[in-house]
Amino acid sequence: MTMDPNLDSPRTAVSNPPIQPMKANLGVGDVVRASAMPDLPKPERQLTPVAKLIDVSKCIGCKACQSACAEWNDTVPEIEHNVGMFENPHDLTPDMFTLMRFSEFDNPQTGEFEWLIRKDGCMHCEDPGCLKACPAPGAIVQYSNGIVDFIHENCIGCGYCVTGCPFNVPRVSKTDHKSYKCTLCSDRVAVGQGPACAKACPTQAIVFGAKEDMIEHANMRVADLKSRGYENAGIYDPEGVGGTHVFYVLHHADQPELYSGLPANPQISPVVRGWKGVTKTIGLAVIGAAAVGSVLHGLFARANRVSAEEEREAEHLVETTVPVKGEEAS
Amino acid sequence: MTNSWTDIKNTDLVVVMGGNAAEAHPCGFKWVTEAKAHRGAKLIVVDPRFTRTASVSDYYAPIRPGSDIAFLMGLINWMIQNDKVQWEYVKNFTNAAFIVKDEFGWSDGLFSGYDPEKRDYDKSSWDYVIGDDGFAQVDMTLQNPRCVWNLLKEHVSRYTPELVEQVCGTPKDKFLKVAEMIGECSAVDKTMTSMYALGWTQHSKGAQNIRGMAMLQLILGNIGVRGGGMNALRGHSNIQGLTDVGLMSNLLPGYMNIPTEKEKDWTTYMSSRSFKPLRPGQTSYWQNYPKFMVSFMKAMWGDAARADNDWAFHYLPKLDVPTYDILRMFDLMNEGKITNYFCQGFNPLLSFPNRGKVTSALSKLKLLVVMDPLETETAHFWENHGEYNDVDTASIQTEVLELPTTSFAEDDGSLVNSGRWMQWHWAAATPPGQAKRDTWIMAQIFLRMKKMYQDEGGPFPDPILNLTWEYKDENEPSAEELAKELNGRALADVYDLKDTTKLLTAQGKQLLNFSQMRDDGSTMSACWIYSGSWNEEGNNMARRDNSDPDDTGAFLNWSFAWPLNRRILYNRASADMQGKAWDPSRKLIEWNGEKWAGYDVPDIAPTAKPDEVGPFIMNPEGSSRLFTRGMMRDGPFPTHMEPFESPIANVFNPEMRGNPVARVFAKDADQFATSDEFPFVATSYRLTEHFHYWTKHNRINSALQPEFFVEISEELAAEKGITKGGTVRVWSKRGSVTAKALVSKRLRPLQCGDKLVHVIGIPLHWGFMGAARKGFGPNSLTPFVGDANVETPEFKAFLVNIEPAQGEVVS
Repeated sequence: MTMDPNLDSPRTAVSNPPIQPMKANLGVGDVVRASAMPDLPKPERQLTPVAKLIDVSKCIGCKACQSACAEWNDTVPEIEHNVGMFENPHDLTPDMFTLMRFSEFDNPQTGEFEWLIRKDGCMHCEDPGCLKACPAPGAIVQYSNGIVDFIHENCIGCGYCVTGCPFNVPRVSKTDHKSYKCTLCSDRVAVGQGPACAKACPTQAIVFGAKEDMIEHANMRVADLKSRGYENAGIYDPEGVGGTHVFYVLHHADQPELYSGLPANPQISPVVRGWKGVTKTIGLAVIGAAAVGSVLHGLFARANRVSAEEEREAEHLVETTVPVKGEEAS
Repeated sequence: MTNSWTDIKNTDLVVVMGGNAAEAHPCGFKWVTEAKAHRGAKLIVVDPRFTRTASVSDYYAPIRPGSDIAFLMGLINWMIQNDKVQWEYVKNFTNAAFIVKDEFGWSDGLFSGYDPEKRDYDKSSWDYVIGDDGFAQVDMTLQNPRCVWNLLKEHVSRYTPELVEQVCGTPKDKFLKVAEMIGECSAVDKTMTSMYALGWTQHSKGAQNIRGMAMLQLILGNIGVRGGGMNALRGHSNIQGLTDVGLMSNLLPGYMNIPTEKEKDWTTYMSSRSFKPLRPGQTSYWQNYPKFMVSFMKAMWGDAARADNDWAFHYLPKLDVPTYDILRMFDLMNEGKITNYFCQGFNPLLSFPNRGKVTSALSKLKLLVVMDPLETETAHFWENHGEYNDVDTASIQTEVLELPTTSFAEDDGSLVNSGRWMQWHWAAATPPGQAKRDTWIMAQIFLRMKKMYQDEGGPFPDPILNLTWEYKDENEPSAEELAKELNGRALADVYDLKDTTKLLTAQGKQLLNFSQMRDDGSTMSACWIYSGSWNEEGNNMARRDNSDPDDTGAFLNWSFAWPLNRRILYNRASADMQGKAWDPSRKLIEWNGEKWAGYDVPDIAPTAKPDEVGPFIMNPEGSSRLFTRGMMRDGPFPTHMEPFESPIANVFNPEMRGNPVARVFAKDADQFATSDEFPFVATSYRLTEHFHYWTKHNRINSALQPEFFVEISEELAAEKGITKGGTVRVWSKRGSVTAKALVSKRLRPLQCGDKLVHVIGIPLHWGFMGAARKGFGPNSLTPFVGDANVETPEFKAFLVNIEPAQGEVVS
């Protein structure tokens, strides 16, 4: 485990992770790639690549990660119907960036039944198909630590990122026409805190840290699973997208499809790869004469979504906290 | 718990049976994943459903709801047949060697002394042979055919793997695999922990389910050791505290008893609580009962409790029945015999069995006062919510008062967790709106009642007028003041009993712990087992030092665990007859030639010699009990009993229904069904996404599990023409619900002899208040009967029928 005092990202692979004092990062200078901006300046520095490891064999499907995700991102997932399954909401939505997926499996080799539960969400590909497909300059960025983030005020809601994603993750909001997905809590990671889901996970099935450390941790978990008879236990860190910054330990790494259709060999669609040149043109047309740098500067003002409830709360606060004369100074 | 959550990391084998720890206790379950990840521990789940816990288990075996005793006795039988017994432990630390009266016996599913008219046993034969010396007779060679061990061996011999398969529906090979894995833990260097919850308690023989596993654990030598124990997972964050402070109709704080009508005075009350040792030299710690009781009476009534008035014993209520449990209370309410009801912090309309009866009972009240942070269904039982609460509002005359209270996050105080840790917490938020602390509300009621007694008199005002009420603000006792009262203080200087010149605690100071309590009125304490939690060292519950020398999992400086900050009960049993740890790698306490010392607070007098004093100091035997004498109403050994509603006749006695000594009210008996009409077994449970009936008020929890559903097997779905996500009607003899159908391979029909048993899973959590979709819960369907000893309702096994619903439900 890397315990460098000059950490540039948090480590949560230990119980009760302390908040690690760390200089805030993930600024403009840490962007290594941005959608439709091929001539991005070289980043100032290289951050340690990070990763979130999801150990499916330790996951109890409690959905604490979903709850923490909605709380941290201040989203309000819809209260749907039950349609005869455990997945709720039934799919990823613009308000639910992560989802426990449940699949029932009669293992023909052992004759035993297995309930395979996988936390779905953005995999933060090293080679992100969404970013490649996106025609809106600076709407999707990748930082040097590997996190792929959507910058919503640059998003035009075209949905190309959905097509470009080999894991079918982003969802475009019908309300504000922006695309949403897991940010890997870039806003937390930037200030030394692990992702909200990892913090909430009661069994440490979700851990976060330097990718190198996470691989080491994952190897230990694989060895444990093999000792319990899961001969094909392994790591899911698919090469087809250059590896991912969210990756899995699976009991059946030889059959990832068992886990609610996790693709065995995810690839960026050749169409997306092909239209890279076109994107560049559209992108330049959109930004016109403006310098690439000015878009980058605008990258980090986050989408300003105020829910109706927040409006009410704000009004209530204004009404009830009008300062009494003489108290203003306190 | 005998042990603690953190201790689970020390185990080699976790058996989750009668519970679903990953689902209902996900945060505590982390210690199971710790044991698995760092010790290579294995996890076995035995459950009617393949649960979330099963999804991370090493081995799963199915079982028919309500047949756990057969499974457990089958395991004990297998251990005995295959010599998987920790012999030295069994001989010395259990009552295996005690000789039982000749008259004791078992036949046709019943123990000696059964009276079908009274539905009760004459338990006089269920006892040891007492010698002329006043002690129980023993045969340490275990040769005597009447010793407990041989009686047990005979008793469990009926529970063969074949009988287990027939009764439980557990395939024989799966049962044997579980038995083999458990059998390994009879070795001194292997230990197993039992994690159970309401899957065992909510049966008409719940207490016997738990006894069954406790006996197995004793036979394996797993009680009192690190990574072992009987670990009850408590269902609310402070339900352990609730029982500790005596919020049961028959209990006083610290597991002392409310007297019965027959116990008219102090002497009579104490005469059955003399607790003289049954073997020479044994501790029999309850001999100190008078000290704890006098200290309690002094805490209640101060100077009004004196030696010359039997410590105000006449102030205490006397029970005319064994308990005024929730079932009896609602039955009395339904009979019009209770007209005013204060409902503090729970939601009986949804939480109690047979909702139709509960609605009827609440409708007959004159006054219902509900104290709760949330708007509960109980407080709104009179509102018509269509099919979800189809009542005739105009015909209900009950006056309902809702008093909004604070929640745990808005109060200071302590919560006692499953491991008996009293953890102080601090308010994190200001109470919203008009919400008041429960203590403020209780104080207001008390002060007003007192004033009425003062002004108007009454038949017996003394207990109210003389109640101790010495708080800084009489309108609202603070958590700190109440906590200090629970710990207790010296009312006069307290001296050492052996050296009467040595002052232990000066008048007015907090007692160090309960060893300083006296029966002469010089000490007070509202709950003796909590003594030590707030002594002159300060608030020990607020301690937050998480250091753990040598990684034992004890964490002695984190909070305070009752009693005496002891983390593992019976920990003297972790060492052999010479006082050396059975397993040196799991050392807990050891005898150093002069005293006991180690990582935990010894559960024995520090200087009690290992070969003289037994580890089970609360029992007059000094040992644990494989045979419980007459202490339980339904038998000194667990014997298989079917649920009151079962698709299968009792294999030992087809005429016997349910638990033969469980209390059944006449009108409820008429509402028990047979499998001719209601062929399917239903069982109720929680889901991780929700906490009881609270979190349906929260949007995010509601989004994660929005709507009421039932779980059924693919086979039953096919048989009934039910589709995934379709709407079904489920009904019992007491009520009907509509739900979405979740069709799953996680439930499979069970082959019990020649009968194929289908199980329907019915989660709770939905009602007609809150953010989630309106729905029903299992308790519209459940039977109004409880455990024979403690009256916990039989929520886990009852009969229903199911069909696809006509038309969709509109919510």
